[in-house]
Order: sequence, then structure tokens, then C-alpha cells
Amino acid sequence: MSREHRAALRTERVGPPRALVPLAVVAVLFLVLPLVALLVRAPWADLGTILGQPAVAESLGLSLLSAGSATVLCIILGIPLAWCLVALSDAGHDAWHRVIRAFVLVPLVLPPVVGGVALLLLLGRRGLLGAPLAEVAGVTIPFTTVAVVIAQTFVALPFLVMAVEGALAGADRRLDDAAATLGASRWYTFRRVTVPLVAPGIVAGAVLAFARALGEFGATITFAGSLPGVTRTMPITAYLAMQNDPDAAIALSLLLMLVSIVILVALRGRWVGGSAS
Amino acid sequence: MRKSIIAVGAAALLLLTGCQSAEPAATTAPTATADALSGEVIVFAAASLTGSFEELAADFEAEHPGVTVTLNFGGSSALAEQITSGAPADVFAAASPATMQTVVDAGDAAGEPEVFVTNMLEIAVPAGNPGGVEGLTDFTDESRTIALCAPEVPCGAASEKVFAAAGLTPAPDTLEQDVKAALTKVRLGEVDAALVYRTDVLAAGDEVEGIEFAEAEGAINDYPIVRLTESPTPDAADAFIAFVRGERGAEVLGAAGFSAP
Repeated sequence: MSREHRAALRTERVGPPRALVPLAVVAVLFLVLPLVALLVRAPWADLGTILGQPAVAESLGLSLLSAGSATVLCIILGIPLAWCLVALSDAGHDAWHRVIRAFVLVPLVLPPVVGGVALLLLLGRRGLLGAPLAEVAGVTIPFTTVAVVIAQTFVALPFLVMAVEGALAGADRRLDDAAATLGASRWYTFRRVTVPLVAPGIVAGAVLAFARALGEFGATITFAGSLPGVTRTMPITAYLAMQNDPDAAIALSLLLMLVSIVILVALRGRWVGGSAS
Repeated sequence: MRKSIIAVGAAALLLLTGCQSAEPAATTAPTATADALSGEVIVFAAASLTGSFEELAADFEAEHPGVTVTLNFGGSSALAEQITSGAPADVFAAASPATMQTVVDAGDAAGEPEVFVTNMLEIAVPAGNPGGVEGLTDFTDESRTIALCAPEVPCGAASEKVFAAAGLTPAPDTLEQDVKAALTKVRLGEVDAALVYRTDVLAAGDEVEGIEFAEAEGAINDYPIVRLTESPTPDAADAFIAFVRGERGAEVLGAAGFSAP
């Protein structure tokens, strides 16, 4: 935002009462100081050695692979869900819209460990779906990389759905209607008009989903377990390192935090429903 | 303050010894000294001691009405970290000498920590042993689903030692972050076997069966206990430690599956 722009805003809007400013400063410090502590305490001299360890490279590779796969799954499943949610709301089915939206948002407020427990009870070897799956197909999901991707998708999906739903709701729907009047099928309209229209929202949602998947810990360790190269992702490596090698844990935390901050800074205004540039 | 407490205690002691002169000396003695004790004893203890210490704290409070025992359970290394960071605690009971050593090194231990119980590893299998696990060699079988503790935590370090002593290379499917997490995977039937402590197998009840194995002797885990230097109630803290190490402590901890050192 340019200076003139800000000045223009000042003439239009009333600023917050002076008394609120110190509280806002405290709030910012509260969020920033833990990061500062991490930066101060970081073992800068040994950073290269620590992050160069094969075990770290292995878990970073696994994290990138699984979070990437989870993001793809979120896109494949999340866009249709977001689109259906908007359609429900458009059609006046507000009750349905509210109920489904609530379920979509549950993983956001659920302790991740609870999500892991729920997944285990569904897809575990003795789970609701897992037991027949193991018996009929001989497939068990826990303790596999697939389980990591499932756990990450479970916690990341709401971010994509919310971003895309916001973008869809804010988009000019008359373009869809125009395409339909011109004889385009629903599928064609969806592919060639709706999706390109909300592309920024999809990108924002996908990046957020990726960041969330990368940071996922509780559901992963509960549902997928922790085995180097198979299910031990970066957050789990950091947690275990904290038990006997705090320096390594700090270095790993630093790396994860860096990735998150880069992602969020790159997103900037995108998060607000794709309406901002 | 302290003087008045001692005075009250002494008066009560006189009263008690007067009333109970017919009782055998052995039971009168602890009751009598009890009344000289008061205040709060904050005990930081390893998570595996939860059930036993809750029982012992209640018994101790009954015996010493002036004392309140506050318990804080957690992973030993996390507790040690809290203590060295200045958390207010009077007594620390750790699940391994290594975690206790960090507290000693930080100068927070009053005196030498003493081992009060030991724990041993045992194979835990789900009820009915669906995987047909018989011994430690089954942990090397790729086709079985196995949970072990990560080597970074005490039960994992002990497991590594056991396998090294037995000359076996295990094929785990997951390395859990603590012993309870490994046990949970057994309880849910998600793994065929896990290596946990004997006390955990006992605590899990009917859901879990334990299989003892000879190699466990090679990695006996010591639990040390110590009073902390910052304790404002050293007498009560020492009394609690003595109580844990005494007859009643042996009884309760023994029932939970711990062995005498």
C-alpha cells in the first residue's frame, strides 16, 4: 500500500482508540517473540551439519512428498466439495449448507491427536473399514506412507475448501450463467469458466493446505506411527530430537518455521477469499 | 512460624503418645513424627509411576494430615527440563538415571539420588495373541506388525540394548514417541507385539497379555528419586521419599509390577 493510499484511507476511516494500540503491540510481541527466541537460541554454527544429517534429509524428503500428495488429494476432493457447498447455498438449502460446512471445519478445531485416533478407528487393522479391507484385500493402512498422506489430507482439506468456497462465493457467477445460456454443458462450464475464475483461490488454498500438511504432527504420529523413511516426517523428527538433542530439534524447528513463513508471506492477501490481489 | 509448628507438633506428640501408650512402638513412631510435618510436597514423577504414586500420596496424606502431596506426572526428560528451568518441585522421581543426571548436573538435587525401584521390559501382545508371538525372535519377522519405542526415549534405549545383547535385528513398523503410545497400538490391536515395561502390561489389564523373555535381564531400568535443593519443605519431602522407599511403598510399587532395586 502506498503512502498516499494510506493517507487517503486515514481521511475516510476512524482509527482505533489510542488505548488499544499498546494492547495490539503486546499481541504482536506475543506472536513474534517466541520466533525470536528460536532464532537467538539456534545453533547457527552447526546448522549445516545438523540439517545435512541423512536422517534429516530423509524426513524432509518424506515430508515434502507426503505433503505434496496430500495437497493434490485436497485439490481433487476439495474443489468439488467447495463447489457443492456454494451450490447448496445458492439453491437455498441453508440448513444442509451449515451442517456440511460444520463437518468440513471440524478438523480445524479438533486436537490433531483426536483426528489420528478417529482415523485409526476407521482405517486401522481392526477399524470400521480397515478390518474388512485387511480381511478381503489383505491391505493394512497404518504405519505406511499412505497413512501419512491420509492424516495430512484430513487436517489440510478444510483450508482448501474454505479458500475455494470463499473465492467461488465472491466470483461473478453471471459468467457461469452466460456460458450455460450459450449452450455449454455443466461440466464444460465448470472446467472452462468456473475453475479459471477462482484459480487464485485454488492456489491460495493449495498453498495453505500444503503448509498445514507439512506441519502436521498429532494425527500422523497417532495414525501412521513413526518409522524413518516410511512415516517419520519432519515434525516427528523434531519432536524426538527434543528428547535428547535439543540443538537438533531447534535447527529442525527453524527450518519448518522458515518454510511456513515463506509460504504465508508469499500468500499475503490471498487468504481473504481470493478477493484481494 | 516453624517454631510454632514444632511446638504444636510436640504438644500433639505428647498427647498421642499419652493416648496410645498401649500401642506397639513401631506404629506409634511414624504417627507421632507425622504431626511435626506440614506444608505442601510437590512431586514430579515419571508417567509410569502415576497409579502407584497416586495411591502412595493418598496414604501418606492420611498418615500425615498436615501435609498435602501434589503430583505432577510426565515424561522424565520433560520433567527434568521443567525442574532445571525453575519449576517449583520438592521431589523428583525419574524413570532413568540419565534424566536424573541432568537435574543433578544443574545443581538442583539435594544429595545423591537413590534408586527405589527397577522396571523390566516385557513383550506386550493383544489379548489372545493373534500374531502368535512367542519371543524376542518374532520381532525380527518382517511379516509381523511390530511397535517399538524410539531410541531417543528411555524405553527405546532399553529395547536397543536388549536386541543388541540378544544379537537380533528387529523389524519394527513404527518407533513410538513413548512407551504408552507403543502400548496403545497393542491395545487397539494395530500391532502384533510391542516391547514395553512390565508395569505397563499390568496396568493395561485384560486387553493386553505379557510375555516375559530372558534377555530382559540385560536391560533393567533403574528409577532414582531425590529431594530438590529449592524445596521449601525439606522435612516433609524427605518423609515422603522415605515413605516411598518404605514398606508401604514396596507393597504398592510391587503390585504395579516394579521390582526392588
